[in-house]
This record gives sequence, C-alpha cells and structure tokens, in this order.
Amino acid sequence: MGPLPLDCGAELSPVELAYETYGTLNADASNAVLVCHALTGDQYLASEHPVTGKPGWWTRLVGPGKPVDTDRFCVICVNVIGSCMGSSGPATVNPATDAPWGMDFPVITIADMVRAQALLLDHLGIEKLAAVVGGSMGGMQALSWPVLFPERVEASLVIASAARHSAQNIAFHEVGRQAIMADPRWRGGAYYADNEAPASGLAVARMAAHITYLSEAGLTEKFGRRLQDRDAKTFGFDADFQVESYLRHQGISFVDRFDANSYLYITRAMDYFDLADQGDGSLAQALAKAKARFCLISFDTDWLYPTAESRRIVHALNAAGAEASFVELSSPFGHDAFLLENPEMDRVVSGFLGNGGG
Amino acid sequence: MMADLRPDLAVIYDQIAPNSRVLDIGCGEGTLLAALRQDKAVDARGLEINPGKVATAMGKGLSVVQGNADTDLADYPAGGFDYAVLSQTLQTTDHPDRIVESLLRIGERAFVSFPNFAHWRIRMALLTGGRMPVTRLIPERWYATPNIHHVTIADFEDLIAERGWQVEGRWFLSGDTTTGHAMGNLLAEHAVFLLQG
Repeated sequence: MGPLPLDCGAELSPVELAYETYGTLNADASNAVLVCHALTGDQYLASEHPVTGKPGWWTRLVGPGKPVDTDRFCVICVNVIGSCMGSSGPATVNPATDAPWGMDFPVITIADMVRAQALLLDHLGIEKLAAVVGGSMGGMQALSWPVLFPERVEASLVIASAARHSAQNIAFHEVGRQAIMADPRWRGGAYYADNEAPASGLAVARMAAHITYLSEAGLTEKFGRRLQDRDAKTFGFDADFQVESYLRHQGISFVDRFDANSYLYITRAMDYFDLADQGDGSLAQALAKAKARFCLISFDTDWLYPTAESRRIVHALNAAGAEASFVELSSPFGHDAFLLENPEMDRVVSGFLGNGGG
Repeated sequence: MMADLRPDLAVIYDQIAPNSRVLDIGCGEGTLLAALRQDKAVDARGLEINPGKVATAMGKGLSVVQGNADTDLADYPAGGFDYAVLSQTLQTTDHPDRIVESLLRIGERAFVSFPNFAHWRIRMALLTGGRMPVTRLIPERWYATPNIHHVTIADFEDLIAERGWQVEGRWFLSGDTTTGHAMGNLLAEHAVFLLQG
C-alpha cells in the first residue's frame, strides 16, 4: 500500500500493514470497528500472540457476546506503523537500501498511524467505521480518527488516554529512550545485522515505563516490602525485594517480543501528540471538525493519563457541541486498569456500542 | 414509560416538544432522558455527579458526562439546547442562583424543580418538633442531607422577580398529583418552574 505522506514531510512507500480481523464484515460494510493498540501492543487483540503464546491483549473486552461483540461487528486491529509486528517500522527493509531502516526510518506521528489505518480501510473496502476504540496510545488514535476523517467514523471510544502528552509523560519516555541509547549494543540503531540488540537498555526502559502503568497503592498491595525467595536482606544488589524481581521479569520478557528502535519511534510519536495542533492550537476547534459520538473513560488511580486529561477533552467536546459521554471509574490498578476485568467498564462500553438495543 | 417517572419528571416530560435538544443536569440514571429519547426522539444529554449513576445511564446508551453542576456548566455553549433541566438538584448546589443563570444561558428554556421547604408538614414538624424536618422528599437528617440551600416556592418566586426571569409555566405537586396555585407555598410538596431568560 501507499504512498503515505507523513507529518515530518517524508513519504513512506510502500507501506506494509499487518492486521487481524475478528467477526464478519456485512454486505454494506457498515459493521466495522477499528480497535487501536497501545505503545507496546499489537494486532493480536483477541487471538494468541505468535511470539509469547499468550491470549490476545483485550480478549476480556473483545469477542463473541463480549462488550465489543464480534458476533455483531467486524473488528479490525492493525499493528501501528513504526512498530515491529509486521507493519512498516525501523526493523523492516528500506527499499532504497535493501537493508533494515534502523534510524533512517522517518519519525512518525499518531496522525500518521491513523492515516496508515485509513489506507488499510480503503484496501478492505470500508468507507465508514461504526466505531473506533482504543486505550492509552490507542485512545489517542481513537480520538484523532474523527478529527482527521470526520466522514469516516460514527463513534469514538477513548479509554485511559489524553489529547496531548504532558511534560511528565514526555519525561518518562525520555528516560526510556536514553536507557536504550546508552546501551553500547544500540550502536545508533544499526544492530539488526548481527542480531545483538540493546536488550539491557530496552529492559530498563520497560521497567521505568511499567511503574507508570501501576498505582502506588497497587504496588504496595501486591509487593509491599516483601523479600523475594529469601528470609533476610543480602546486603548486595541482587533483587532482594519482590518488586525488583517483578520489574526485572517485566523488562526481560519484554525484549523477546519488542524492538528497541520501535520503542524509540513510538514513544516519540506519543510525545509529539497534541490534538490541538489540528485546530490551530485549540483542542475545541480541533474536535469541532468531528461528527462522531464520543465516549471517554478514565480511572481514578491512573496517574499516567489522569482524569483531568479526560475532563479536558470532555470540556472541549461540550464547547464544540459534540455528543459526549464521560465517566471516571474506580480501580486500584492505575493505568493498567483499562486492560483488566472491570464490569462497570463492560457495561459502559456495551451501552455506548448499542448492544441489546441500547 | 410515563407511569414510571417521578411526578415532577412526568410534568417536564409532558411539556418537552418532540425532536428538541435537552440537557438534564443531575440526570441520575437517565430515566427522564431515556423516556424522552424513546418516545419523543429527543437529542438527550445529561450531566451527573455520581459515577455509578453515570455508568448506568451510559449503559443505556445515553450521552452522559460525569461532572458537577457548580463547575462544569461553563463549558457548554450558549443556546446549545432547547431545554435545560434541573430536577431536585437546585437545593444541593453551592450557588443555586448562578446555576439557574447558567441553565438560561445554555437552554432556550429551563425547567427547575425542587422540594418546597414551606410545605405545611415541614412547617408543622419544625414548629412542633423544633428539629430539622425529615419527610418523604427530604429523607435525610440535617447532617446527612445533600440539601445545602433549602428553598421555598415563595423564595424562588422572589428570586425570579429580582432577576427578571420570565415564568412560562409553574406546576405545584402534592404527593403524585398536581395541586392548584392557591396557597401553593403551603400545600405543595414540590414545584416545577418553566423559565425563560
């Protein structure tokens, strides 16, 4: 597919897009729902991940009879460009050199990801989405969709997300990027030839980010100051505490399934994100272009994309006269709550997507 | 559907024209909005402070925003709705007068309903018992009640006169039936006003 003109001025051609679909597209292609994945997510929304063998990342929300009902909808999930699960990214081949792009891959934005998804919909013959759904970075795409393509979206569901990256969001991402680039094996991103990837740097980046996905209360409840498989402190720098051991495990298991350069590119795209850019600096003006219904959900212990950010979007939607719903749900699990069991969220999602006659 | 509505909501439901745009402030679980959407094809929106009630209303497919009438009405554009509805919420707000001003800015017309604190039963309870009355419409004791600005029909009519709002309709309710306007401030348990700015 392609060519795809990018925000940075470059053009990506050809564009490779890896995607999965669940459910059946109806005759007039009016039941398509696009689910957008988060930073380290992928297209394996509701089916087994080929690398980890784990079930899809949102199987609790998407499936037959579930709130995003694959008996009713044809659900599509596309690996974002810049990522590493089959879509064009730094690890794919640059047609100009026949070698992996590495850091020659152009810097992409959230809007570029959305425009790439639109190319796929063109290819699939889907003119209009019944809904676009996403959490976290997926929510940024879901929020951008009706602004960039007002005629192509009927409803937008944005969960645990924001209309822009805050200084704190950018700061945490910068820690992660510096950890990767400080790893001697990173070598300016040209590590594909000998397959010696900057795994330690990427693991540290994941560890730092993982803390931001949890809540302090959640960490305290899960680990407290408990020691890992030992009765006393060792007076050394091994993982004495359970929380250390847990974070190390998160870091190590992440590097098996994710590319360090993709992590750099996608975090950059998120940092550059401010939807107000689409409205001459005004979020309300940007959202005034949309014709979709909106539903926003935040979680009370999410300090990465706190409720105030969702409220800011709701205020702008109200000012724009858009049809909007918003609720802050309660969960002890911080930002991660959007991926976890939450009956109230199921009820809200189900109602918004019009299940059971709504 | 109408039979299920609280009496003041039934009055409001009857008055709202089909296909109009309605913002229900303090919409609870969205009972009025759902009835209006189903029977009158109304473009129904709500604002509600309680997250559990918001989730229930959203579960019905309604567009409801979790928020606070005292702080969140400022974002709504002027004249965005045909009707702004404030049912049994006025007496719980920090600044009831400003809220009504906001309603009349956002809506072409505004419905305001509230329990009448001058109803004879409340007067009697206060006179004979010497304690803050607990009634069917004011069921919580003084320390637990969300009602921080008790108001009577006479008080509200004074405010209307002071601010120069136009009254298009008023309904006085006792139990589940409407009562006459004569001695309304004594006989009505609650009141519904339809105002224009």
